[in-house]
Amino acid sequence: MTESTYRIQGATGEWEVVIGLEVHAQVTSNAKLFSGSATAFGAEPNSQVSLVDAAMPGMLPVPNMECIRQAVRTGMAIEAAINKWSRFDRKNYFYADLPQGYQISQLYHPLVGEGSLTIEADEKAGIPEPKVIGIERIHVEQDAGKLMHDQHPTMSYVDLNRSGVALMEIVSRPDMRSPAEAGAYLSKLRQIVRYVGSCDGNMDQGSMRADVNVSVRRPGDEFGTRTETKNVNSVRFVMAVVESEAKRQVALIEDGGKVVQETRLYDPDKNETRSMRSKEDAHDYRYFPDPDLLPLVLDDAFLEECRASLPELPDAKRARYVDGLGLSAYNAGVLTNDVDTARWFEALLAATASAQNKPEADVAKQAANWLLSEFFGALNKLGKDLSSSPISPEGAAELLALVGNGTISGSIAKQVLEKMLETGDAAGVIVEREGLKQNSDTGAIEAVIAEILTKNADKVEQYRGGKEALFGFFVGQTMKAMQGKANPQIINELLKKALAG
Amino acid sequence: MTGLTDLGLIAIRDGVAKGEFTAVEVAQAFNAAVAEAQEALNAFIVTTPEAALAAAEKVDATRAAGKELGKLAGVPIGMKDLFATKGVQTSAASKILEGFTPQYESTVSQKLWDAGAGMLGKLNLDQFAMGSSNESSAFGPAISPWRRKGDTAALTAGGSSGGSSAAVAARLCPAATGTDTGGSIRQPAAFTGISGIKPTYGRCSRWGIVAFASSLDQAGPMAHDVADCALMLEAMAGFDPKDATSLDMPVPDWSALLNADLKGKKVGIPREYRIEGLNADVAKAWDDGIAWLKDAGAEVVDISLPHSKYALATYYIIAPAEASSNLARYDGVRYGLRDLPDGANLQDMYAATRAAGFGAEVKRRILIGTYVLSAGFYDAYYTQAQKVRTLISRDFEEAFRQCDVILAPTAPTPAFALGEKSNPLDLYLGDVFSVPASLAGLPAMSVPAGLSSDGLPLGLQIIGRPFDEQGVLNAGLAIEQRAQFSAKPEKWW
Repeated sequence: MTESTYRIQGATGEWEVVIGLEVHAQVTSNAKLFSGSATAFGAEPNSQVSLVDAAMPGMLPVPNMECIRQAVRTGMAIEAAINKWSRFDRKNYFYADLPQGYQISQLYHPLVGEGSLTIEADEKAGIPEPKVIGIERIHVEQDAGKLMHDQHPTMSYVDLNRSGVALMEIVSRPDMRSPAEAGAYLSKLRQIVRYVGSCDGNMDQGSMRADVNVSVRRPGDEFGTRTETKNVNSVRFVMAVVESEAKRQVALIEDGGKVVQETRLYDPDKNETRSMRSKEDAHDYRYFPDPDLLPLVLDDAFLEECRASLPELPDAKRARYVDGLGLSAYNAGVLTNDVDTARWFEALLAATASAQNKPEADVAKQAANWLLSEFFGALNKLGKDLSSSPISPEGAAELLALVGNGTISGSIAKQVLEKMLETGDAAGVIVEREGLKQNSDTGAIEAVIAEILTKNADKVEQYRGGKEALFGFFVGQTMKAMQGKANPQIINELLKKALAG
Repeated sequence: MTGLTDLGLIAIRDGVAKGEFTAVEVAQAFNAAVAEAQEALNAFIVTTPEAALAAAEKVDATRAAGKELGKLAGVPIGMKDLFATKGVQTSAASKILEGFTPQYESTVSQKLWDAGAGMLGKLNLDQFAMGSSNESSAFGPAISPWRRKGDTAALTAGGSSGGSSAAVAARLCPAATGTDTGGSIRQPAAFTGISGIKPTYGRCSRWGIVAFASSLDQAGPMAHDVADCALMLEAMAGFDPKDATSLDMPVPDWSALLNADLKGKKVGIPREYRIEGLNADVAKAWDDGIAWLKDAGAEVVDISLPHSKYALATYYIIAPAEASSNLARYDGVRYGLRDLPDGANLQDMYAATRAAGFGAEVKRRILIGTYVLSAGFYDAYYTQAQKVRTLISRDFEEAFRQCDVILAPTAPTPAFALGEKSNPLDLYLGDVFSVPASLAGLPAMSVPAGLSSDGLPLGLQIIGRPFDEQGVLNAGLAIEQRAQFSAKPEKWW
């Protein structure tokens, strides 16, 4: 494997950066990890709080197996070992957003063991080859509530809506060596959980956030002392944290200082990290097995269901698009990048194949090209995306079928698409109503051509004299005369014949 | 007629069903007894005479309508103030929860109400169930109705379920709920001449019971006799999906299957419990118990529980460890006491609230628990204790290859006077016989065996295999029939 060549240039030489990420991903589930409360984002404060979430006296946690299932499926998607026997531990500390006075987590026996994912090669970003990033473990745990400091001049309020929401903590190995690798890892992880459906990956809503562990060393040396920057909530910020924190550490060391193991916070406005608490005042969390919960024991049937319900994952899908559908690696990459795009594309592909009565492989390029070069642009202009698209894959397939069977030309198809977006009408209806059907009547086209050749006798002369570039001019004139509705292939054929005289 | 308050649970249930008296008459009689004794015995933290009457009226109406009556129809009971009761203060005998009124009902109490029982009030206990004398209650200890011969010193009713034992022994209620973490049902029952059973861990839901030590806490009934306990336990037990440690097993008809004939049964006598200097009265009661069980047809065998000597130390690591975490939620943020000194920040509020809201014994256990879970000490204490706990369970498994039930004293002494044991360790030592069964999660009960030389009740403990409450109750019944324990405290209140 080719190692990253990313280096921090210090005053005394080059430094290598070592990065590990702990990603907290909120499990997609209607209910919290240990209570029946709902988990909707943006609900009124304290409207999604059960007696258990508020830690009322005598309340007990009961595991929500849907959350466990999603974490197991995520583990399977990174080809990790699933631990059929795992256990919940309490992490004890006092804070106003933590009603129980402890977080139920899994320190000693996590649900998911060793796994990995592969980040793609990206020459421009300094990732010359695909790279495997190790994942140490995934465990499930409760989220805390939220303090609100802006509601009252002297008091803080507590919103417990998030209290008890299920999180997966996905812990990487310190295998990344550049901001780009860290960014690519987080993007890939987000892509996978979205495919699996275990997390919606909405980083701006806090559904996914990363603790970024950074250390620096002379290339090839032992690991240096790391710092952990908490709760970084975008790919861009993760990359920025790595860079600014690595530079800070290099400057510190070269100044004769020492990196201390500590927790830091990122300030995106200043693009710098600052110390939150050092190891000395780190909590002693007094982890111990939660006595309210029995060990979590998973049977084979449960695991089989988890595996059977896994969708085709991005790497496999991309390979299939290239090998099976004949798409370019680039297009396959774009189409599989996000699960929603891939789903839309596959629905379009199926509908297109069936509308044209052809195998998918035969229409894949048409569908892919149209989606990527026509439809995305058109949606973009409207400020929409696939999820808010007014056109369904079936509606789009109808449009593509009209092109495929020669009813309309590619350029007319653009007009039809615009009308479809405007009116919501079906492609066939628009073509019919606006009379956009392509003219393939050779007699009519021949008549028009004859007229144009007569009007432009001088140009015909020139063409016949060897100025073949004028061919385009005649095509254009013919098309214009026929309001763009003539079949371009037929125009070509007939023009060539007529000009050959 | 005998006073209604002298009747036990089944007698009341049957009398109401037959129309010998109404449920309301019963409730009134007990309400009066409760009111009369409250000042002297301090058995209740809150009395709820209206609740008892309302439940009784409902039962009478149900009966009048000719509808089927519940298992405990017409029986007013006392509820240990560790069970959350909707709309009624649930304090765990602490200042920190004083005035806390839950908007929910514990599973066990709800089951009892569903069976037709009514609530006379919330019973006193050691604060957060931590203690064995009731002296850690923030509202003063319950006082035993018993007194030593020729002495008026106030005696402990035991703990932590001391309000329950005092109230049942003084006939303020025919039965009461208790909870048992290391002996908190059995020891107070033994101290006051009543019966009480801690079922197998998981039989009774813990949902809605203020937690002390989650892996040990178990609810159970305290009543006049074995049959009453069996019936009440039937009403309390059962799978609860809201408690992940609840046993998903059917609840047997323990009371219908009671059988004091022990032919073919083997009773194990653990030689390690024969400790040096064992109280002579206790030793004699134990010997009596052995003779009675032989008389009932059982074969008595000598057994060994070699790790018994580590049980107390193990218990006093595990229980405080769990408690230190369980009690973290009492922080002044959401409910209960909040002490917010001027200019206090969050940490100051925590410190002030918890300093003011917890009693000395609770603080001691939080400190012990915090210590044994701390980095650097965890393995030496907590991990080690968990290993020993496994060995203690294994001791019992081995023993139950040779016997069906185990007979031992419930407590090493009869009840002591309040204030007599000022060193916490002396109190902890009193749990020596009750703690092993708790650590192993086994069903265990205490039944009265006789009186000590100074006239105080003594209890015998029967420990059974997991899920074999029936075996425990049957052996308890065999003892009960032969001990013929009929002594009652002379009324002085």
